[in-house]
Amino acid sequence: MTRKPTRRTFLTRSALIGCCAAASPLLTPLSFAAAPWDTRLVVIILRGGMDGLDVVQPWGAPEFAGLRGKADGPDEGAYDLDGFFFLHPGLAPLIPLWAKGDLGFVHAVATPYRDKRSHFDGQDLLEAGTPSLAGVRDGWLNRMLQSLPGIEGQTAFAIGNGEMKLLDGPAPVADWSPDANLEMTPQAVRLAEMVMQDDPAFHAALSEALMLSGDRRVLNASGPGKMAVPRRKRGQAHLKNAEFAARQLRGDARIASFSINGWDTHNRQDRALKGALTRLSDTIVSLQQRLEGEIWQKTAIVAMTEFGRTVRLNGTGGTDHGTGGAMVLAGGAIRGGRVLGDWPGLDEASLYARRDLMPTSDVRAPAAWIMRAMTGLDRQTLESAVFPGLQMGRDPGLML
Amino acid sequence: MSFSPELAEIRFGCGLSPVIAKPIDPDAVLQGLSGPDDMARRFPIDGFSTLATRAAEVAKLQRRKRNSDNKTEIRDKIKTYRREGKKEGAMWFAQSLQRWIHTEHGFRERLVAFWADHFTAFGKNPILRFATGPYVEEAIRPNISGSFANMLIATTTHPVMLHYLDQGGSIGPDSRAAKRSKKPKGLNENLARELLELHTLGVDGPYGQNDVRQLAELLTGLSFSNKAGFRFRMKFAEPGQETVLGKTYGNDPATLEPILQALRDLAVHPATARHVARKLAVHFVSDTPDPALVRHIAGRFIDTGGDLHAVNQALLEHPSSWGAQLGNVKPPADFIASAARALAPGTDRIATLDPRAIRLLFLGPLTMMGQPWQHPNGPDGWDETDAAWITPQGVSTRLRWALSVPQKLRPDLPDPGSFVTAALGPFAPRSVQAAARFAESRSDAIGLVLAAPAFQRR
Repeated sequence: MTRKPTRRTFLTRSALIGCCAAASPLLTPLSFAAAPWDTRLVVIILRGGMDGLDVVQPWGAPEFAGLRGKADGPDEGAYDLDGFFFLHPGLAPLIPLWAKGDLGFVHAVATPYRDKRSHFDGQDLLEAGTPSLAGVRDGWLNRMLQSLPGIEGQTAFAIGNGEMKLLDGPAPVADWSPDANLEMTPQAVRLAEMVMQDDPAFHAALSEALMLSGDRRVLNASGPGKMAVPRRKRGQAHLKNAEFAARQLRGDARIASFSINGWDTHNRQDRALKGALTRLSDTIVSLQQRLEGEIWQKTAIVAMTEFGRTVRLNGTGGTDHGTGGAMVLAGGAIRGGRVLGDWPGLDEASLYARRDLMPTSDVRAPAAWIMRAMTGLDRQTLESAVFPGLQMGRDPGLML
Repeated sequence: MSFSPELAEIRFGCGLSPVIAKPIDPDAVLQGLSGPDDMARRFPIDGFSTLATRAAEVAKLQRRKRNSDNKTEIRDKIKTYRREGKKEGAMWFAQSLQRWIHTEHGFRERLVAFWADHFTAFGKNPILRFATGPYVEEAIRPNISGSFANMLIATTTHPVMLHYLDQGGSIGPDSRAAKRSKKPKGLNENLARELLELHTLGVDGPYGQNDVRQLAELLTGLSFSNKAGFRFRMKFAEPGQETVLGKTYGNDPATLEPILQALRDLAVHPATARHVARKLAVHFVSDTPDPALVRHIAGRFIDTGGDLHAVNQALLEHPSSWGAQLGNVKPPADFIASAARALAPGTDRIATLDPRAIRLLFLGPLTMMGQPWQHPNGPDGWDETDAAWITPQGVSTRLRWALSVPQKLRPDLPDPGSFVTAALGPFAPRSVQAAARFAESRSDAIGLVLAAPAFQRR
């Protein structure tokens, strides 16, 4: 059986590089040829189903206040984007980006997934980028890489501990979680290199791990024999991921992808959504600060979710799994300051299955247009290989 | 290119143990499969019915919640069930780990893992999150040296597989259920496709989209309920006959038997034999196995109509299976379990770990190493290529695990010098002996031995 290797396969390639660097792996940062394009793409998967209607609130729609039980109008701190849509107060830190045109939204988008509203299948389909899951073995971002020449082991990074299926596939992709940082005494590092020295693949992986761990790898405080069990650290993972992504994007990396969880707001959404939005806005602000200047101007951030949520509040002040949702675009390369998308309205007849926001465009289309602008990939490839079955439609002019 | 007891334990078993006898010849490895399954009895894992009962309870609660004023109370009850399931899942991991540590017949555990991966299935909702344990216990474990057809039938009709590959709700377009339903319902090709592509013929096998479609129609009716387990639902079944690989199946009215006959036919197809033979050789011997070895195994499969006892023997008797150089990289779960086996903690040590500790010491690290327990990326299971596992993050996490966890399993860590022999036997390179001597602490020494490629390969 010939099964396609996963994204982890890039090590076969770096193993060869590792051989040559083995003379002094600690001192020789492995260098990779730059990608054939210069823009940076960050794809953030918002897992759990972000409620687009609460993030970009359609106060211009007469039904909205009633559906959401908000007779008194927008909450304090909600920001009037364009007279129709208001921004949730949780994204207030992003208002300066909106003002600069570095932030935009696309409303009423969805994947081709309908009706079953399962997180599992919804996320799988979002990352597969296909009309159905049957027989799919790779993700759309990996298929984009497969369609381009000159992709190196560290052109694209899947960051964090969760699976990033959108980067799965035969094209080489680097995997790293800041939680995997090696913190060892110098002696332990030396001995680990010694036991791996005769095995080029292991040795190369260790050298890269030491390099990716950055400056923090030497542990002096707790001393030998005090290594902590490797674990996913709670809290602030999004900031560590953003910091790591920015570090790579300042170098040769062109693509970074990670997840922000916690959008499944079935109960007390007024409280639950705030935390997730804070993580999202902190992530974007952190990327902006760390990429400040020239690189930020070349950066596009795309945040997307598996589905939106019901238009009505449920009995516990939350919302249930829905269909149409919103996507968030940010970055200096984005032509923002706009809420895009074909707004379907909230009257009963305009809803999907009388309960969800009607999806009026495919969430894959904006991603396709951004990739087209970034890499020059032709429309035919995007509509058949990267996002099979997608019709990209008219160019929305998302990129500067 | 010849048998040695140590190589048998490392390549075809669960790794070396300082306290368990090694097999004296290839026959002893094989004979281990014929005796009673001591490990399953000593470290039991529940069947699916326990989980199904819980799933039924939760479904009932969820229905009640919709029209209830006391949603909080019901939600708390559901949460309690979920917590129970999560605890149970952790304990089942501990049981499998115990089996790896204590077994005298490691080949059995390895074959169970191999076939569980070949027939990957897991639960897609929180209640069924750990359903793989019961599934493997019922559909895989009893069949590893029986006929391949029996295993194929057992997995294809198991509720967890029917749930995982969406067969349970697949409805023939002209079935009674489809005619009565107002909502659009219909055929789901998921199981049919994977059955041909992954479980039997292989992706290069002699089938086309039409065979997938026809098989999907034939499979309609395979279903399950939480109360009764597997059920053949006649009203879901597509009436009439279907043609798969040129052979016609099906009765009117539909019955289960033609489906089983199609599975039996697929099970003995020469393409299935080649597909399975190659997978076995890749899994146990090398990413690029000797073609003669693959031919040898496939030939035996064909000659015996898929008798897995004979197939296992074919794998063990071929000289190419015994190359002296350690090759394949252990996937994370096998790395961790073989490390625990080399450390030989007492039975009680693992048994007294609570679910939190199991998650901290094993399940969390496995996820970080790229192998969340029993949850591969898709129905094609875990990657077999070494390169898939030797990643910076994988190697870093394995190293950190090796440096930190052994002391939790064995507070009285063994002497590093003797541990080198216990863990690596005749495969201990001098660099590892030296590292064990020069390490700054005993736990560093043990960790470096386990992190050595000589331990991570088999």
